[in-house]
Amino acid sequence: MIYDIPLLLIVMSLISSVICSFSGDRFSRGLCIFLVSCSLLGNGTLAAHLLSGGQSVYYMMGHFPHPWGNELRLGMTESFMISFFSLVMLLILLGGGRSIREKTEKGRRGYYHALVCLIMGSLTVLCYTNDIFTGYVFIEISTLASAGILFSRGTGRSILASVRYMIFSLVGSGLFMMGLIILYAITGYLLMPELKESVCSLYSSGTYAMPLISSAALLSIGLAVKSGLFPFHIWMSDTYSEAAPASSAILSGLVCKGYIFLLMKIIRDVFGQDVYYGMGMNNVLFVFGVLGVIVGSVSAIREDDIFRMLAFSSACQIGYVYMAAGISPLAGTAAALYQMFAHSAVKPSLFLSSDVLCACRGDSRHFSDLTGAGYSVPLAGIVFTAGALSMIGVPATMGFVSKCLMGGAALAASDIKKYTVLGVIALSTLLNTLYFARTVIRIYTYKDPPRAGRAGTEAQKAFAVPGTVFALLNLSMGIFASFLTRVSEKFAGIL
Amino acid sequence: MNLQSVWDARVQCAAVVLFAVGFSSLLLHRNLFKKIIGLNIMETASYLFLTATGYIRGRTAPIVTGSAAEAAKYVNPLPAGLVLTGIVVSVSFTAVMLSLMIRLYREYRTLDLDEIYELVHSDPKEGRA
Repeated sequence: MIYDIPLLLIVMSLISSVICSFSGDRFSRGLCIFLVSCSLLGNGTLAAHLLSGGQSVYYMMGHFPHPWGNELRLGMTESFMISFFSLVMLLILLGGGRSIREKTEKGRRGYYHALVCLIMGSLTVLCYTNDIFTGYVFIEISTLASAGILFSRGTGRSILASVRYMIFSLVGSGLFMMGLIILYAITGYLLMPELKESVCSLYSSGTYAMPLISSAALLSIGLAVKSGLFPFHIWMSDTYSEAAPASSAILSGLVCKGYIFLLMKIIRDVFGQDVYYGMGMNNVLFVFGVLGVIVGSVSAIREDDIFRMLAFSSACQIGYVYMAAGISPLAGTAAALYQMFAHSAVKPSLFLSSDVLCACRGDSRHFSDLTGAGYSVPLAGIVFTAGALSMIGVPATMGFVSKCLMGGAALAASDIKKYTVLGVIALSTLLNTLYFARTVIRIYTYKDPPRAGRAGTEAQKAFAVPGTVFALLNLSMGIFASFLTRVSEKFAGIL
Repeated sequence: MNLQSVWDARVQCAAVVLFAVGFSSLLLHRNLFKKIIGLNIMETASYLFLTATGYIRGRTAPIVTGSAAEAAKYVNPLPAGLVLTGIVVSVSFTAVMLSLMIRLYREYRTLDLDEIYELVHSDPKEGRA
């Protein structure tokens, strides 16, 4: 019974998205929040069951057993990952209600919530699927749905930003599709365990070496393009600054992470870490990750729009994930997974708290207008500061633990990687401190007597509970890091 | 790799060329409509590749009339199923892209993405919020 939960949740999200698209603003919001809470509860129960020693299973979908049919893999990390995603999504929906209300047309919010349900469903599938083609289909569904929540604002600029996102995303999908087809052509399977067996025997016998490498490269590059790795991060700045902050939070905190998680599953379950790292494909991820960290940080410094700055900071953080994954198969993968947790918990809180900070300044996003905003809406200021500290990597935050794990993984790696990673972490910490400290100092520079305005007060009131939970999540997971670290290490195969 | 193996895989080679054509026009063309056409060429090329790989000369579609024992007479039906699913995906993408294109054209009266960027950044009404 407990193993039926994921399938039930997937079906529920698809049905609720249909219902949402027909229903009114308030009902659809309620349904959407209900769905995400169910997902949190259901996946959380499964994760607790698996954490306390329950058996991971392959759940058969339909009537055909493997290697022909379709399957879900109900494992510990998968269920924990999606529970974490559901928690973040719930907090975004609760805390970002204002931005959804103001940035979408009245009477059309049902569509927005329908798309959020679809994103939730496709994230569930991306986490659980054991079939690589099902992964492809749901990648596309989540791309379409996230493009939808980006242009929901309806302005010319947001449509343009959304078109730009779609173009990059489609390039990524095309590459992924081609990689998938080549892999299917040389192995004849779509289910991950069979693929892995077949790939291992092909790799050791040396047959189809070229197609095997090209399919690994195409699958990795395709997903990297979609998740916004350098140099394909350029859509982020326009997209995140034009969309409603809740949409940016969903996209940067959850959708991009869903793609990366699928890539990590493909590395572990399709190619196997030995083959993938043996082919040297990780070095490609490593190089682009390093470049992404540096370019993202440098671009963020030049911005005077707080949302564009956060967008480039996302590019930098995603660079970290790929850099960590490129270091080494075991410790590196664990660090990458922890970095994913850290970023998906912290970046949404930054987007939403910035929205509240901007709300009390007449929705202006320029640094010059945000002077003293931290006094007008104190809670948003605190949440923003907690997030900023985590992005910098100050101890007692999640960002610190992820940088620690990355450094630890690098120490065991080859000399070039060791010094590169340590240097990049040092440099990027410095750059992150520059632009986040600049923002924090700006919002806490006392100018006039604090004025929040009605919009600011209301925005802060709605943000109070989710904002506090975000900040507590960040600090508690940073201080009691051993739990998340253990989950990440279990995924990587260390434990 | 000798010439014979290239000739045997000629359809796949053509598909890869088409894929490259579609891919580069999706990425590099300035006109949005041509980008969408590029997208369709790219996706169709990958279906062609998949179909060509799934086809085995001398075998027929797996519609079993007699005994099921002669599996060697039939081709694998799965590639065709994958192509169908893929077509559904690309049709929905094309539809969404075309509708966004219409919205952009109504707003800016041009399909040239560079011109739209210029219009967006010079328009004070739409100036950065």
